[in-house]
Amino acid sequence: MKLRANLAIGGALFAVAIFVGLLAPWLAHTDPVLDANLLNAEEAPSWLWWFGTDGQGRDIYSRVVYGARISLTVGIVSQLINSVIGVGLGLSAGYWGGWWDDVVNGLTNLMLAIPSLIFALAIMAVLGPGLTSLLIALGLTNWSFTCRIARASALSLKSQGYVQAATVLGYGDLRIMVTQLLPNMLGPIIVIGTLGMGSAVLSEAALSFLGLGVRPPYPSWGSMLSEARDQITTAPWLSVFPGLAIFLTVLGLNLLGDGLRDVLDPQSRSRHT
Amino acid sequence: MTGPPLIEIEDLRIDLNHGSGRIPAVEGISFRIDRGETFGLVGESGCGKSITALALIGLLRQPLSIGGGVIRFEGKEIQSLPAAGQRALRGNRIAMIFQEPMTALNPVSPIGRQIAEMFVLHKGKSWREANRLAVEALASVRVAAPERRVKDYPHQLSGGMRQRVMIAIALACGPDLLIADEPTTALDVTVQAEIVELMRNLCAERGTAVLMISHDLGLVANVCRRVAVMYAGRLVEERDSADIFRTPLHPYTQGLVASLPRLGSRGVLGRNRLKEIAGVVPAITNFPAGCRFNPRCAQATDICRTTVPETSLLETGGLVRCHHHA
Repeated sequence: MKLRANLAIGGALFAVAIFVGLLAPWLAHTDPVLDANLLNAEEAPSWLWWFGTDGQGRDIYSRVVYGARISLTVGIVSQLINSVIGVGLGLSAGYWGGWWDDVVNGLTNLMLAIPSLIFALAIMAVLGPGLTSLLIALGLTNWSFTCRIARASALSLKSQGYVQAATVLGYGDLRIMVTQLLPNMLGPIIVIGTLGMGSAVLSEAALSFLGLGVRPPYPSWGSMLSEARDQITTAPWLSVFPGLAIFLTVLGLNLLGDGLRDVLDPQSRSRHT
Repeated sequence: MTGPPLIEIEDLRIDLNHGSGRIPAVEGISFRIDRGETFGLVGESGCGKSITALALIGLLRQPLSIGGGVIRFEGKEIQSLPAAGQRALRGNRIAMIFQEPMTALNPVSPIGRQIAEMFVLHKGKSWREANRLAVEALASVRVAAPERRVKDYPHQLSGGMRQRVMIAIALACGPDLLIADEPTTALDVTVQAEIVELMRNLCAERGTAVLMISHDLGLVANVCRRVAVMYAGRLVEERDSADIFRTPLHPYTQGLVASLPRLGSRGVLGRNRLKEIAGVVPAITNFPAGCRFNPRCAQATDICRTTVPETSLLETGGLVRCHHHA
């Protein structure tokens, strides 16, 4: 099979991000929070301080490395919550139909009508800032696309011969959904999930930038950008490197999502070859 | 044999709910199948044979619903069972195989797992035990090297192989009744013969009763001891399969038998045209009054056009619904 550039590059970028997050204690030069030293404040990037230092003399490289943990945790966990909610609602709505389908459709339309970042802001305002509320806020606001896809797949799959055969063979509803419908709709769900992870990383940055996400002094890429905005002219490295980290991670996830779609969706595959 | 028959259907009516009204798609169906018996249901497309089978396993979906009559399995009314009770019957006591082996298997699951799932679902076996039984089940439908084949996915199998797998799944739990809805229609003629033979042998060995649904009178007569012929939602004749071939009584059955090509007959040799039944099947919304076959029947008289014929019992055993045999 031909190697797909977007799949390879996207996968590599995402893998590097994961790798950095996992190995942060070994990759970082200093402690991202505690090793502040005003003698080293606002040093430009050099061989000693790869990405420079901030106003309190903390190593930006180490903070970006540790920031990967928070950004990726938020991206992955909140998207997993979204996928579980979206698939659960969409699959059951498509399979059962009836009043439940109407309820789920109404909810989905509601979610689509409200910009998800605004909704997340509202939730954060109620829950207060912090990592857990960030996960909850982003996990509850971005499931509508997954839900749409799962519902549409369930609708078309339930008329397939093998789903009807399973009914005749005495499978219960839940067993049919898990063993017959879910595996057959996994492709598009994975694609949506990967793309959703990218947007969750962005949303985390946005919320943290607004001061609603991870609180200082803990480093997340968004909160680092937020702290750096005053010095953007005097110490641009403070915002460039966390920004670059966000950019590369989201780019990687989007390329990965596109690549997976090419592989998993036979129709777009035939268009490309 | 004493005790209630395995399946007993009495005066079944199935309604097609159409806008405001209800149209009876099937009515006045009664038959019984005893343990280990082979029973054939024959009729042309749309005469209601498949929905009769679906009603029997409690799987009619809107716009179809049971409008009247009783279906009993071992003397118990199926309609009055709770949903869980009906589900426990399906696949375990009553199994079904379908016309299309191409689509009846889950494409993303290995066939061994699909067979094994039946043991887990209905017999409460562990997966390890179920996987072992799946290999045995696959061997019993004469699949070569079953311990390797269980790992195959449906797309790796031919149509005939898939139908064998379907039979293995259907017979996995040792059901009392196997419903076969046009089991060979999608297969090559040579494969057809193998599959029919396999199904007949396995069911005979295990004492499984068979309800075979087909439009192929020859196939059904070959496999089944008794045959019922349906026309436009009603049973018109029910006889031993040998009798129905030798002396068909209902004009529709006579037409069917006459339209079968026979090896060496003048029709097959091209010297004579094959017989056909003139006219077309009436639409479900437009069934004629009286006997529904009357517009196509050469023997139709005035009474056929006004009065629905009653089912009459024959001295030789069997039933016929025709004014000329009352």
